[in-house]
Amino acid sequence: MSVWKYANPAKFMSLSGRALPALTVLSAFCLLSGLVWGFFFTPDDYKQGSTVKIIFLHVPSAFLAINIWIMMLVTSLIWFIRRHHVSALAAKAAAPIGITMTLIALFTGAIWGKPMWGTYWAWDPRLTSFMILFVFYLGYMALWAAIEDSDTAADLTSTLCMVGSVFALLSRYAVNFWNQGLHQGASLSVDAETHVDNAFYLPLLACIAGFVLLFITLVLVRTRTEIRLRRLSALQARGAAA
Amino acid sequence: MIALFKRDVMLAFRSGGGFGLALSFFLIVVMFVPFGVGADLALLAVIAPGILWIGALLACLLSLDRIFQLDFEDGTLDVLATSPLPGEAITGAKAAAHWVTTGLPLTLAAAPLGYLLNLPQEAYVWLVASLLTGTPALSFIGSFGAAVTVGVKRGGLLLSLLVLPLYIPTLIFGAQTVTRAATGQDALSTWAIMTALSLFAMAAMPFAAALALRVNLR
Amino acid sequence: MMPDLGKYADAVLSAYGISALLLVALVWLSLVQSARVRRKLAEEETRHRKHG
Repeated sequence: MSVWKYANPAKFMSLSGRALPALTVLSAFCLLSGLVWGFFFTPDDYKQGSTVKIIFLHVPSAFLAINIWIMMLVTSLIWFIRRHHVSALAAKAAAPIGITMTLIALFTGAIWGKPMWGTYWAWDPRLTSFMILFVFYLGYMALWAAIEDSDTAADLTSTLCMVGSVFALLSRYAVNFWNQGLHQGASLSVDAETHVDNAFYLPLLACIAGFVLLFITLVLVRTRTEIRLRRLSALQARGAAA
Repeated sequence: MIALFKRDVMLAFRSGGGFGLALSFFLIVVMFVPFGVGADLALLAVIAPGILWIGALLACLLSLDRIFQLDFEDGTLDVLATSPLPGEAITGAKAAAHWVTTGLPLTLAAAPLGYLLNLPQEAYVWLVASLLTGTPALSFIGSFGAAVTVGVKRGGLLLSLLVLPLYIPTLIFGAQTVTRAATGQDALSTWAIMTALSLFAMAAMPFAAALALRVNLR
Repeated sequence: MMPDLGKYADAVLSAYGISALLLVALVWLSLVQSARVRRKLAEEETRHRKHG
């Protein structure tokens, strides 16, 4: 008989298992249609030419890079307070997705920056903050990898995530103070005057939705893998003891 | 708690205790700068604040694992954990000892080293002031990192990866204090922000470090 | 079919290219790892079933 020792993981596995097929299709559809819309059916910007098309990759990935860290913070807190293993494993599962999004944001930003600002890199507050975020992700993932015992790792990484979040916030202000920058203002403001033009806004929203759905799909897949891994280690430990 | 503090300070001053090593490292790093960027005094004057801060920071970093590692390995930490002393008192005392034996000497050594880098006259006071109130942050934040990695074998590099990003705000405001003083601007506001950061670290980090230690001692 | 990207063709295409690369790598690695762990778990569970 298959024995999932903990009720919570079992429920999670069954629910996510049922949701995944639909989610996969939905995220693929949203992502592809958003990107196709943005790439093929939007005009060139009068100032930035066709490079404005990079916005459909750059803004969603940057948006997710930050929000995935916030998700990791929330799930770390849930683990810290309520000891739900699924929560701790979800944070672990999300980190590689977050770091990939950070990389995409950094690379697309650099490529966009060269024709627009004349340089691939500048120590502008927003770029610098993303570089710092990248290093935070790296540290978090390295810590998970360095600790053998799963519960110890969950405890230490969640503490790191919480402390790190405080300092990430402090860094944001420190970096803003340290160097005022080149980067343009908000693309996603509710106020129509400050956000990008409507022709770009709607496909941009579609791309963001696509990226978010992709994240949800991937984090479910990866969390399921982590739960199975935990189950595997438990079985192997039991087998070794027998 | 005072006894623990005194003991850690004594241990650090003994041979192999790391006290001399941090100072030597600071000196060597400062020496390396002209080798790396050239001996142009005007250039050195511009980068001196940053270099002195980074050198002190790295020297602090090197001795962080000593805060808990040795006591972890020989079982002293387990004994301390079962004593009536609260976890935060242990980590706080140890972090304070680390500062007295690392941050404080580095602060004092910084002025003569600043002279080697042609630091402008007006900046000396602020260099010492910023390091004096900034290095405690480095010790206390560092103690958190040390507590997290105490169980990891050869965890020095991991410790650096975890702790250095946490040092960024302190480094920015600390170095900015000295740079502003060197260029005749107001340094007090940045010094105040950095000092506030240190106070926050001294208040909060012992709890986070105690938490990590409890996890690792299970 | 392809819109006229003008002088920025290199930039736009390389941005899309590297993003595609990173996303595909992420998805692929996630799926491969998932399949591998699934298989190992199934093996381990049958082993346990046999030896009770």
